[in-house]
Amino acid sequence: MTPRFQTTSHPRPETANFSLSADRMAQAKRILARYPKDRKASGILPILDLAQRENGGWLSKEAQDFVAELCEVAPIRVYEVASFYTMFYTEPVGEHVVQICRTTTCWLNGSDELTNCAKQKLGINLGESTPDGKFTLIEVECLGACANAPMVQVNDDYYEDLNSERFELVLEALESGKSLEAGSQSNRLSSAPDGGPATLVDYDATNNKTQKLAAFTPPEAK
Amino acid sequence: MLADKDRIFTNLYGQLDPMLQGARERGVWDCTGDMIALGRDELLTRVKASNLRGRGGAGFPTGLKWSFMPKESSAKPHYLVVNADESEPGTCKDREIMRNDPHRLLEGMLVAGYAMGANTGYIYIRGEFFSEASNVQKAIDEAYKAGLIGKNACKSGWDFDIHLHRGAGAYICGEETALLESLEGKKGQPRLKPPFPAACGLYGCPTTVNNVETVAVVPEILRRGVDWWLNLGLPNNHGTKIFSISGHVNKPCNVEEEMGIPLKALIEKHAGGVVGGWGNLQAIIPGGSSVPCLTPDVCDDVTMDFDTLRGLQSGLGTAAVIVINKDADMIEAIERLAHFYMHERCGQCTPCREGTGWMYRVLKRMVRGDAEVGEIDMLHDVSKQIEGHTICALGDAAAWPIQGLIRNFRPLIEERLSTDELKVAAE
Repeated sequence: MTPRFQTTSHPRPETANFSLSADRMAQAKRILARYPKDRKASGILPILDLAQRENGGWLSKEAQDFVAELCEVAPIRVYEVASFYTMFYTEPVGEHVVQICRTTTCWLNGSDELTNCAKQKLGINLGESTPDGKFTLIEVECLGACANAPMVQVNDDYYEDLNSERFELVLEALESGKSLEAGSQSNRLSSAPDGGPATLVDYDATNNKTQKLAAFTPPEAK
Repeated sequence: MLADKDRIFTNLYGQLDPMLQGARERGVWDCTGDMIALGRDELLTRVKASNLRGRGGAGFPTGLKWSFMPKESSAKPHYLVVNADESEPGTCKDREIMRNDPHRLLEGMLVAGYAMGANTGYIYIRGEFFSEASNVQKAIDEAYKAGLIGKNACKSGWDFDIHLHRGAGAYICGEETALLESLEGKKGQPRLKPPFPAACGLYGCPTTVNNVETVAVVPEILRRGVDWWLNLGLPNNHGTKIFSISGHVNKPCNVEEEMGIPLKALIEKHAGGVVGGWGNLQAIIPGGSSVPCLTPDVCDDVTMDFDTLRGLQSGLGTAAVIVINKDADMIEAIERLAHFYMHERCGQCTPCREGTGWMYRVLKRMVRGDAEVGEIDMLHDVSKQIEGHTICALGDAAAWPIQGLIRNFRPLIEERLSTDELKVAAE
């Protein structure tokens, strides 16, 4: 690929040491096809995500430069995006990024306990990684699973309805590489009330088939 | 209590098959072609007549919003953008739609897109919702394959493409113009309005941004009829709504209920009551973190609708009910929210950028009792300086919970501060 910005005062993008795998490259092309031809910049966020996965969970300068080339924008456009959004890491992180939700609902349900539990179990403080590079521990703001609070996100997966004991089991499973089902850790059905749904229990949802749209009388005709 | 037959989201908890076959059995994609055959004007008339109000927080009439799109198509394409950047603390309803009933959203997008002359729809989903995004993508692929979207969608003669766009972790992208900026590949910083998106939105083209739930209920309103919808709820606040109930309740959950259900009934019937009983209630945030809290005496008989709650200087917002009982420190509960807004501000406007951090630091001291009583008024004053003086509503959203705290819990703060003063004096 020929660099587009060689004549400007920008430092030349350093893409030599980074590229996407063939699979991810194909994915990136599919992503760019979603937007109008002259709007390749729209691909920056999703392709940065691909690059981050390729690069072991964080975005090096080379990776960001690569995305800039692919989306045909000046590197600074990618740097400012990478530093704005919390899901992009511009420094190396552990294999498992443990993100404990700290906002009000999770806090009301004991997120502080989870943070203490993780600190103790992993032997690190917030914002640190374990020496073996397995875990990075951070607190994050609301992750949008408040009916299943407290909850923790590890990489792509949500672990919900936690308490210290359940959270320890999650961390142990991640540590040993044991398979572990994401979602509720107390066997709840998604966000139904504990003990099972209280609505739609004996309801046959196939009753809602429609043959014809309901008639409509405009309000002024009434 | 809403009867099961009146529920729209019959697979809210994922008891049934969320994908196309299951969705079809539940009546999704029934008569979708007929809706488009009604024509654009008739569609708009019906949605307007239903008085559907946006489910994303502001409660703006949906039909009216759609009618702001230019009537004649020009050289510029029209866009429908669905706001699935659900990040308001307490809110977790759109997530259930996307993982358990994604076809309702896609069907609604086709109808809404047609009504506003858009051939392309984008779903902007928050980046953290990885499995939800995979699920929606699966549904999109199914719908294309079945001819429900794409060229000649549902054999209606209308072409409609749907694309999924994942965000990357920024609450501010739930603000519609920040969302558009982000969709264009930039930092999520809200734009000055006017121009409004209906005139100049995504890529400078006419755009309408709607919440997931708003779009997803439209086909069902058309199928079952505007009268059915109008018969549910209270005047000017019709239909059904998904409520997210979290915090200090025995059984936190999402539930679809009638608009205007009494708050107490909602909590006692669906969420198993307040932990420690209704008498142990300290406060309720009725509509996501941005709205001021309610005190127990108000909670006894308040109904959950836009107008009643606005009248009480609070709001229905996203209908995310956060219950706080007397075991929690009310000041710290709001301090957590102040930290949230400080973290999520975009940095554009000075009052918000500087003010949210300032308010958080004062509240943090107040939690410890390490502040002067006079600082309560100063805090209130600063919150007033932020409110209304920023490009977007994040400044207001940061100010309101704090104003609610001071309005409703002033004696509590004063007690905390003066007790410590006494302590200091004694030492």
